[in-house]
Amino acid sequence: MKNPGLKTLGILLICAAAVPLVLPGPFYLSIATQVLVYGLFAVSVNLIAGYCGMVSLGHAAFLGIAGYAFALLTTSTGWPLWAAIPAAVGLSVAAGALFGLVALRTSGLSFLMITLALGQIVWGVAFRYVDLTNGENGISMPRFQGLLANGTGLFYLCLVVTGGCLALVTILAGSPLGASMQGVRDQPRRMSTLGYDVWRIRYAAYVLSAGIAGIAGVLYMLLFRFISPHTLSLTVSSEAVLMVIAGGLGTTFGPIVGAALVVLLKNVASAYTDRWPTLLGLIFLFIIVVVPEGLLPGARRLMRTLGAHLATRRGPTAIPATPVKEARP
Amino acid sequence: MTAPTAALRIDDLHKSFGGLHVIQGVNFTVAPGERRLLLGPNGAGKTTLFNLIAGDLRPTAGQIRIAEEDVSALPTFRRAARGIGRTFQILTLFARESVIGNLIMALLGGRPQRWKPYGAVATDPALRREALEVLARVRLDTLADRPVSETSYGEKRRLEIAMALAQAPRILLLDEPLAGLSKEERGTVSALLAELPRDLTILMIEHDMDVALAFAEKIALLHHGRLIVDGTREEVIADPRTREAYLAQ
Repeated sequence: MKNPGLKTLGILLICAAAVPLVLPGPFYLSIATQVLVYGLFAVSVNLIAGYCGMVSLGHAAFLGIAGYAFALLTTSTGWPLWAAIPAAVGLSVAAGALFGLVALRTSGLSFLMITLALGQIVWGVAFRYVDLTNGENGISMPRFQGLLANGTGLFYLCLVVTGGCLALVTILAGSPLGASMQGVRDQPRRMSTLGYDVWRIRYAAYVLSAGIAGIAGVLYMLLFRFISPHTLSLTVSSEAVLMVIAGGLGTTFGPIVGAALVVLLKNVASAYTDRWPTLLGLIFLFIIVVVPEGLLPGARRLMRTLGAHLATRRGPTAIPATPVKEARP
Repeated sequence: MTAPTAALRIDDLHKSFGGLHVIQGVNFTVAPGERRLLLGPNGAGKTTLFNLIAGDLRPTAGQIRIAEEDVSALPTFRRAARGIGRTFQILTLFARESVIGNLIMALLGGRPQRWKPYGAVATDPALRREALEVLARVRLDTLADRPVSETSYGEKRRLEIAMALAQAPRILLLDEPLAGLSKEERGTVSALLAELPRDLTILMIEHDMDVALAFAEKIALLHHGRLIVDGTREEVIADPRTREAYLAQ
């Protein structure tokens, strides 16, 4: 396998497949499923923020649009799941294509503010358009049948979908288009001079990112069977950005690590203290100070430093007489 | 079809930032294959003029023509496709990439392949071979796999030039290619510039007068955004306005 990221992903997916066998009960299995769903959402934010350098504060809109569309199509109009799922994701992509035309006229802080405004507009529609969205009360869905009826089946479905999307993002990141996105992130002016259409590259990434957020939105509905304006709120968008920053901006698996951190704190720590957001804040402070590049790349750096330190302490006598193959990072 | 008489033609070009008139009615023509030096004291508008030609800035008025085609309204990437390549005064390299990684980015810029969402860009043998050929022209092929962050300033300057050459430009804009280099590195880069093919039109901003005057066939002198002298090397040097505006400073 040429792409080392795919190899790592394969190993991680095999390990993750054993999770339902080792977790003590349905509560923890539900948390593991939440990690996958929020992790996928964070992957979508990472695609635009990490690979393109455009931090969005309105991505919950795409999660919510797909979630609402899925709920309304299946409950109000009676669409079957197989038809409602692509329609919901398609709507999210269409919203991304539309919002991108507005938001990508700018970059940096202005882009952040426009995405925030667009996200708030969608939130406002969900909140005020009571006839369609049921306002603050939200929309509940009935229990699903078959594979989706039990936690284990749902976990494996989320694992396959999230794993599939991660594989696609991994392939994309190593491809010419992925290299273009990262080039646009690092040197947009140079990229224009080299003949790259910076706007189009950002637009492609933004629409793709909206599509992945839409898929996460459908998984969200399969898991929670309830959606309200809170799902599209600024809190959800900023949590996703925090997940990405905590795990490692522009890394393949960082968003999943970040999602695991936030979801675990939300669900586990909140059982012991009401002040779990304070704990979350302290952890983020720790991350920014100790591993500003994020947990995953930070851990790699610390391991390298520790290895070098140990090698120095052992001294020259510890160096083997015969050369050994250098370990892969 | 006859060949264009001018590789680059600037007609009555103006650029203002609010009330600040940075470029004021500049006119000049660069013939195909010509080596033209753009001189002027700091703040004369040289880099702004480069930015206008490359498309980073839009003119307030006037026209820019490449091979007689009006490109004034075209964005930067479309002008690159029409043959404008450039280097920057302040290095703009992809610092996380290797030397060859930077070159591959430059090669991909003008090709439809840049939109391919699959396949490994780093290990493409054809791209790599082509990139090595361009690196050999600036004598960086032996450092191909070295991270850019581990190269010297002079090597980075040469890489900037290599990236512009990888685009196979018709007009090359060199913005102070010798800035910050040691004497030895200046010699290396000057030799590289002298080896560039004659069909390539070059417009250069440079403050090292020895190298610049040896390189240039014609010189345009800018002062306060106006083109005050334009002519052959000897004409510009002999012109008293040159001494007044630039050489005396």
